[in-house]
Amino acid sequence: MVKFIVRRLLQLIPVLLGVTIIVFSLMHLTPGNPAQIIAGESATPETVAQIEKRLGLDEPIPVQFFHFVKDAATFDFGNSWRTSLPVSTELWPKFWVTLELAIYSMIFSIVFGMAAGIISAVRQYSWADVSVMLIALFGLSMPNFWLGLMLMQWFSINLGWFPPTGWGSASQILLPVITLGTSGAAVIARMTRSSMLDVISQDYIRTARAKGLKERVITYRHALKNALIPVVTVIGLQFGGLLAGAVLTESVFSINGMGKLIVDRILARDFPVVQAGILVIAVVFVFINLLVDISYKFLNKRIDMD
Amino acid sequence: MKEEIILEVSDLRTSFFDEDFEIKAVDGVSFELPKGKTLGIVGESGSGKSITALSILRLIAKNGKVVGGEILFNGKDLTKLSEREIRDIRGNDISMIFQEPMTSLNPVYTIGKQIYEALKVHQGMDKKEGDKRVVELLELVGIPSPKQRMKQYPHELSGGMRQRVMIAMALACNPKLLIADEPTTALDVTIQAQILDLINDLQEELGMSVIMITHDLGVVAETCDYVAVMYGGQVVEYQEVKELFKNPKHPYTVGLLNSMPRHDVDVDELEPIKGNVPSVRNMPKGCRFAPRCPFATELCVTELPELDRKEDGSEVRCWIYSDRWDGDPEVSVRNEERTT
Ligand SMILES: Nc1ncnc2c1ncn2[C@@H]1O[C@H](COP(=O)(O)OP(=O)(O)O)[C@@H](O)[C@H]1O
Ligand code: SF4
Ligand SMILES: [Mg+2]
Repeated sequence: MVKFIVRRLLQLIPVLLGVTIIVFSLMHLTPGNPAQIIAGESATPETVAQIEKRLGLDEPIPVQFFHFVKDAATFDFGNSWRTSLPVSTELWPKFWVTLELAIYSMIFSIVFGMAAGIISAVRQYSWADVSVMLIALFGLSMPNFWLGLMLMQWFSINLGWFPPTGWGSASQILLPVITLGTSGAAVIARMTRSSMLDVISQDYIRTARAKGLKERVITYRHALKNALIPVVTVIGLQFGGLLAGAVLTESVFSINGMGKLIVDRILARDFPVVQAGILVIAVVFVFINLLVDISYKFLNKRIDMD
Repeated sequence: MKEEIILEVSDLRTSFFDEDFEIKAVDGVSFELPKGKTLGIVGESGSGKSITALSILRLIAKNGKVVGGEILFNGKDLTKLSEREIRDIRGNDISMIFQEPMTSLNPVYTIGKQIYEALKVHQGMDKKEGDKRVVELLELVGIPSPKQRMKQYPHELSGGMRQRVMIAMALACNPKLLIADEPTTALDVTIQAQILDLINDLQEELGMSVIMITHDLGVVAETCDYVAVMYGGQVVEYQEVKELFKNPKHPYTVGLLNSMPRHDVDVDELEPIKGNVPSVRNMPKGCRFAPRCPFATELCVTELPELDRKEDGSEVRCWIYSDRWDGDPEVSVRNEERTT
């Protein structure tokens, strides 16, 4: 197990290096001189040159890349080019907001998705199953920014039950979490249902029944644990998509998170903040996948880790 | 001497409902099993053996249903019990082992835990007591180093070992009746003999009654006291085993015996039964065996014979043995030089 985790952590290095290269290239390929943008339209060429020198932009690209990799490796991204604050000071508060949004949404997806999927499978073809699957289809086909706008229109503007924007209080959290979590819940519900139905027809479920166990025990102890294996994969994949969805949701509800920060700073060519922000998201993504693989190990002893 | 009957099945009918179509998978099964004895249920694949067994424990799929007949276990009709009552019998008074040892154990739990579950649910054993009993059971079924083995997962065991685990699980609560549904079909030949010996030994040791389902008359000869021959969802002959081999009555039984490899007959002299098993969706109206039976008459094709009970307790479902027989009155179903 320890060996497996260490090996997976070592595998992170090439992945993160790849992300670093892509982020660096994209930023440098984007048209517009950062020094010019920082200095302003009317700045003199001397001022621009001075800024370029201060930021190291006058150095050859490979040298700049080398500096960037060194910064990334030590997780020291220096100061923002725009606000001169340390990058970490800029990033962390926003990061927590986004992470909170993503985690609450994930919990929402898992709880509602799995519960709905189990009910559907246990009562296949009942009205409960049919309605759950209809709602899931609806949730899947709805773009989440549109769902967000609809929720805001009904519950915040028409009914006035929730504040339309912001982040922090429970009433502010609810609508963004539903917005971001619904499609995940729908995917998880469908996966749980089909996986449960598949497992329920297996021979070992018949064995459990032949032993004299109660249906409830058979469903939750024997069927669910097996059915969860593919569901966990889907949950892992969902989380990656969730970080991207968070950016959209943040802009719908004017939440001051990573998404908004990165978009703002791309426009301002604030390289250190953008690069650090994207790298942090990549690290989180890779860690989530590691967690998914580890939970596999606990769920399914058949997967050989070495 | 009147023997005590532990299980008596009369005219059992189990159907599956596929849309509006009724698939009569079991359509007239009767037999008796005296206490402490072994009953063989033999027949080709698809003849309804498994569905008969699953009907006893009410383990048939959701779209299936017992639509007629009685299953008396110690005088209680199992078809009439509540869900709760039948649950108390499953794995406790009546246990079952299946044809598929590779897939019949839950892959995500250790075998020890899976055996313990039966002990917990029926005897309320705690973990410590349960573990002791699990080790005992694994020893009983011949699994070496049971203390280590009980902590293993099914994938770490061979097919033969898994079937032994299934047997240990089935025996956990000292059942009065063990139903073994083709327990050796999926196993290697050498392992087959070991598992059959094991079941035989355990039966003697524990005094259980056993239903041994098989498509192999050799297994019947070796292990059973009584035998019910099934064809097309029905019992066509029920006999004591010795009588069946000496004096088979139903033309299908004779066909089975003639197609059975034996040491005194060369393999190329075997006569397989001509034709195919009828499909459950398209059963003949009269005797189900008529399309393949060398003795079939007008009566056979138009009317289904009843399972008729003789004074000696044997039963046969064939017009030849009735007053209404319209064929050759001197007919002999047996191929004389093949009987021993
Ligand atoms: N779940 C089911 N739905 C419909 N038909 C079934 C089902 N299970 C079994 N059958 C039918 O019942 C018949 C008897 O099956 P089975 O008892 O398994 O035969 P076997 O003698 O080989 O054990 C088969 O022809 C099969 O088509
Ligand atoms: S009833 Fe007729 S067709 Fe059926 S087995 Fe007897 S002789 Fe053959
Ligand atoms: Mg079968």
